[in-house]
Amino acid sequence: MKTKTVLLLLLTCSPLVSTAANVVEERLQTYKTAGAKNFSAAAGQSLWNRQFEQPDGSKARACSSCHTTDLRQAGKQINTGKLIEAMSPAINPQRLTDAEKIEKWFGRNCKWTMGRECTAQEKGDFLKFIQSQ
Amino acid sequence: MNIQTTLALIMTTTLGTAGLAVADKDSYALDQWKATPKTYLNKAEHEQYLKECGSCHFAYQPGLLPAASWERIMANLSDHFGDNAELPATETTDIRNYLLNNAAGRVNSSLPKKILRDSKAQQPVMRITETPYFIRKHDEIKPKMVKDNPEVRSFSRCDACHTRAADASYNEHEVKIPGYGRWED
Ligand code: HEC
Ligand code: HEC
Ligand code: HEC
Repeated sequence: MKTKTVLLLLLTCSPLVSTAANVVEERLQTYKTAGAKNFSAAAGQSLWNRQFEQPDGSKARACSSCHTTDLRQAGKQINTGKLIEAMSPAINPQRLTDAEKIEKWFGRNCKWTMGRECTAQEKGDFLKFIQSQ
Repeated sequence: MNIQTTLALIMTTTLGTAGLAVADKDSYALDQWKATPKTYLNKAEHEQYLKECGSCHFAYQPGLLPAASWERIMANLSDHFGDNAELPATETTDIRNYLLNNAAGRVNSSLPKKILRDSKAQQPVMRITETPYFIRKHDEIKPKMVKDNPEVRSFSRCDACHTRAADASYNEHEVKIPGYGRWED
């Protein structure tokens, strides 16, 4: 491939490719200021798949209940049946490109699944995991 | 439309919207109700509404519920039918305004008028699927086609059966129930 083409490709791709990465980087910095450190995709994955017992005795809940354990596949909103597009930014370039959207869904989903807000550490681990898929 | 019907409709509006804003706009409301409905049902077009209220399910058209019902829904988003649908305050306000301005009783469309007329004396319900009009229209559909149908599961999934639900069209000839095909009656 000629240098010019490579340059052109880099130029065309870089804004798109870097968006999810930039947004995640900015989020991780914010979480660090809140006291979190050493984010781990493995920790994020294990929390993602963990089943949380519900105090009212209803069925245990996990992030994977709706998003499945394979982030490259589409999931399904278990309460309504609506399709949820794949979470992996490699498959779905829209993912992790909007900090407000990410925080909004962390707010709703952590409370619904785990019965409480996620900590800054947990959010960072989740983002690392989602990004790695 | 005769005067009696018109009056009944106005009373319903006032009731259904918890007395909001209609009183000081009597003549306007009267003119609206006298007029023949201009549309069947308006499409949901507000961008933020479509995004926020269409992420977990089909984005229901605002005309499908009276304003008082939308008020209750928007005031309880963190405990929303067993799910958490909370929004930042500014977005809640924008979406609430959109829903209230386009609710049944606030628009001159035929389906919202029927829904409102049938719910008159009732407490505002939180579900479209609990309005008397909805229940009456769907009472011939058997549970095996809905609750026990893995592709439908709930009447709340309008777009599972109404092929043009997103275009605000609920004509019975456009219904196709997954696994059962076109609806004939
Ligand atoms: C009850 C179903 C459900 C559960 C359980 C759930 N989510 Fe979600 N989540 C959704 C839906 C619906 C969306 C919005 C989908 C869309 O944008 O297409 C979403 C979106 C997200 C997003 C935003 C992604 C983006 O950038 O577009 C993140 C991050 C997320 N969820 C993380 C989680 C985590 C972490 C958990 C577990 C604590 C979890 N979710 C559990 C339904 C769920
Ligand atoms: C986090 C997911 C989620 C979000 C976001 C959400 N909903 Fe819902 N909604 C649900 C669930 C779950 C149900 C119950 C569905 C069922 O019973 O099958 C529901 C049901 C409804 C119903 C009743 C449907 C019926 O049965 O007649 C209305 C009306 C409604 N939602 C309006 C809204 C509005 C307005 C918004 C935006 C402010 C919104 N929803 C956002 C999850 C959500
Ligand atoms: C299980 C499939 C199914 C679902 C889900 C469903 N409907 Fe229907 N609906 C039907 C059928 C079938 C008819 C025609 C009934 C008849 O004429 O006997 C109908 C009729 C209607 C009518 C009357 C149409 C007319 O011109 O008489 C309206 C309005 C309507 N549905 C709205 C809705 C809305 C709004 C929702 C979601 C809240 C919904 N439906 C969910 C199957 C469904």
